[in-house]
Amino acid sequence: MAERLLEVNDLSTHFFTYAGVVKAVNGVSFTLDRKETLGIVGESGSGKTVAALSIMRLIPDPPGKVVDGTIDLRGRDLRSISDDEMREVRGNDIAMIFQDPMTSLNPVLKVGGQIAEAIMLHQDKSKGEAWELAAKLLDRVGIPDADKRVNQYPFEFSGGMRQRAMIAMAISCNPDILIADEPTTALDVTIQAQIIDVIREMQDRYESGVIAITHDLGVVAEIADKVMVMYGGRTVEYGPVDEIYYNAHHPYAWGLLGSLPRLDLAEKTRLTPIQGQPPDLIALPAGCPFAGRCAYVRPECRDRWPELEIVGREHGVHCWIPEEERLAIRETLPRFEKAES
Amino acid sequence: MSLLEVRDLKKHFPIKSGVLKRQTGTVYAVDGVSFSIEKGETLGLVGESGCGKSTAGRSILRLIEATSGRVEFEGIDVMHASRIEMQKLRRDMQVIFQDPYASLNPRMRVRDIVGESLKIHGIGTKQERKTRVYELLETVGLSAEHADRYPHEFSGGQRQRIGIARALALNPKLIICDEPVSALDVSIRAQVINLLEDLQDEFDLTYMFIAHDLSVVKHISDRVAVMYLGKIVESSDSRILYDQPQHPYTEALLSAVPIPDPHTERARKRIILEGDVPSPANPPKGCVFHPRCPRAREICTQAMPRLTSTGGDAGDRHEVACYFPARFTGGERSVSDTPFEGAHPEPAA
Repeated sequence: MAERLLEVNDLSTHFFTYAGVVKAVNGVSFTLDRKETLGIVGESGSGKTVAALSIMRLIPDPPGKVVDGTIDLRGRDLRSISDDEMREVRGNDIAMIFQDPMTSLNPVLKVGGQIAEAIMLHQDKSKGEAWELAAKLLDRVGIPDADKRVNQYPFEFSGGMRQRAMIAMAISCNPDILIADEPTTALDVTIQAQIIDVIREMQDRYESGVIAITHDLGVVAEIADKVMVMYGGRTVEYGPVDEIYYNAHHPYAWGLLGSLPRLDLAEKTRLTPIQGQPPDLIALPAGCPFAGRCAYVRPECRDRWPELEIVGREHGVHCWIPEEERLAIRETLPRFEKAES
Repeated sequence: MSLLEVRDLKKHFPIKSGVLKRQTGTVYAVDGVSFSIEKGETLGLVGESGCGKSTAGRSILRLIEATSGRVEFEGIDVMHASRIEMQKLRRDMQVIFQDPYASLNPRMRVRDIVGESLKIHGIGTKQERKTRVYELLETVGLSAEHADRYPHEFSGGQRQRIGIARALALNPKLIICDEPVSALDVSIRAQVINLLEDLQDEFDLTYMFIAHDLSVVKHISDRVAVMYLGKIVESSDSRILYDQPQHPYTEALLSAVPIPDPHTERARKRIILEGDVPSPANPPKGCVFHPRCPRAREICTQAMPRLTSTGGDAGDRHEVACYFPARFTGGERSVSDTPFEGAHPEPAA
């Protein structure tokens, strides 16, 4: 069995604002093994980024606070270690790539210097060595003329190259876990393909576990081994990638898949969107956050959050609809009609 | 006659620098684009950021003045229309913008946003306009009670509906949709796409749909034109374009789009293009795509190939600008070693 890198249990992160308590993440659990890629999918406000930031302990406090749960990194509880220890963990054990490469690099520092800074912080290397390594890393992530580029400023890099530089910085200390938060959302598709390629290559090379946060179910299908579907701060479904795409149990997952126009299907089919609007995270219903938009809602959905129900190998769902009924409903959906073939 | 006919549209922006603001360069944002849209049809214009697709849309509406070229709407020359003619034309040509946060005035109530154009064009009495606004809000899936609210009280999807209601107010014939769903979440995006499709059926609308998302464009469009660096490199019926792409850029673009189906994803081979899109201020000589093109040869560096049909399965409606297009005969794909004759640009007049 692969080495378990990360185990998150019952994580809850809330933001205490004047308007009320925003329950951004509400009892989320997942695991990550070496060389594995976990895709966290969900729409804006579903809590996927906050979940990742909670692991990194980068939640601004106040107003945010991890109020519950355990974050276990190879036997260490990240919630109880000191700030100094946590600083060691960041970069060394867990590194993060952010969505917007324009704002995550310092515009007034040379790209090489920013990478070298991360290296010198975590490794016993001189300035010269660190810069040398920075150039090597830039080359490794596919930046041409890395020796020259290392002395340039972020504005001289294109969006795709900046994201490559971010990846170079993230892998500079050989982390076990790489968290990529919407790493390609700001990029064009041809550049997206390049970046996904680089992330994969780096994952192979460093044998890291990757957490890929995205709203793009195409990207997830491409890179993830397992998928966590989030809605309104909750995990509604969790399982291996094939299970989620071909054997989804949660109405929200059906809704997401039915909402996607498909490039590969010849026949033009009408999309089946999810009705209604995303929930207000301050006034979340007591039960399932999706209850307000779910076409198959029942009275208990609004009152209580359903327990985890195991429906397959490492495949779990939180839903009040009994399994048999769920499967019967699913058969009527266009997306799943010919899924079994 | 086509509803909209665009011939050799160009929009060049000057780059000015120094204290004297002398022109030191030119951004060739749109550089010789031609297409036509039939009534009731949806033309999709796709391309990556900076390819000029939005600039093309805006130049057609004369929201910015084009550098040269001809735009005809129902036979009327849009580029040379007088102010009064233009005002009339604007009733028929409307626009929906990408960003529902920036395209609605935050200080105006929904009723005034949607009803503004009715007022400007002096349509109906106050009471009639009020009724019309309610009717429009219902049409786009909002309700009359929303009329007195301000944009900030709505979510992104709802704001986009307000933008659509505004565009519909004057019963236009053509709506240019500039990335109308790009800022929206997946589930909301599908709602808006369905709404646009329903409205097209109901009001016999013609769309020019500008977007960077190929799956959305393929879904909604009858015909698709692919832009790269200010030029159309390929255009065809949307299904044919997907099944039988002829231009290497279209091939790469299609292969780069991840498909939400793990089995399909694993079986696919991806064409990964090297490098970035060059700057439109300094486009490459010859074919604009040649520095990144896997099929580029000597001839490609000489002159931009002409957009023309290669015959074969796709017929005349499938046009490509490439010296070495993939050609399909009886479903068989082949790429010739000799440059395609029809691609040679006409000798300069």
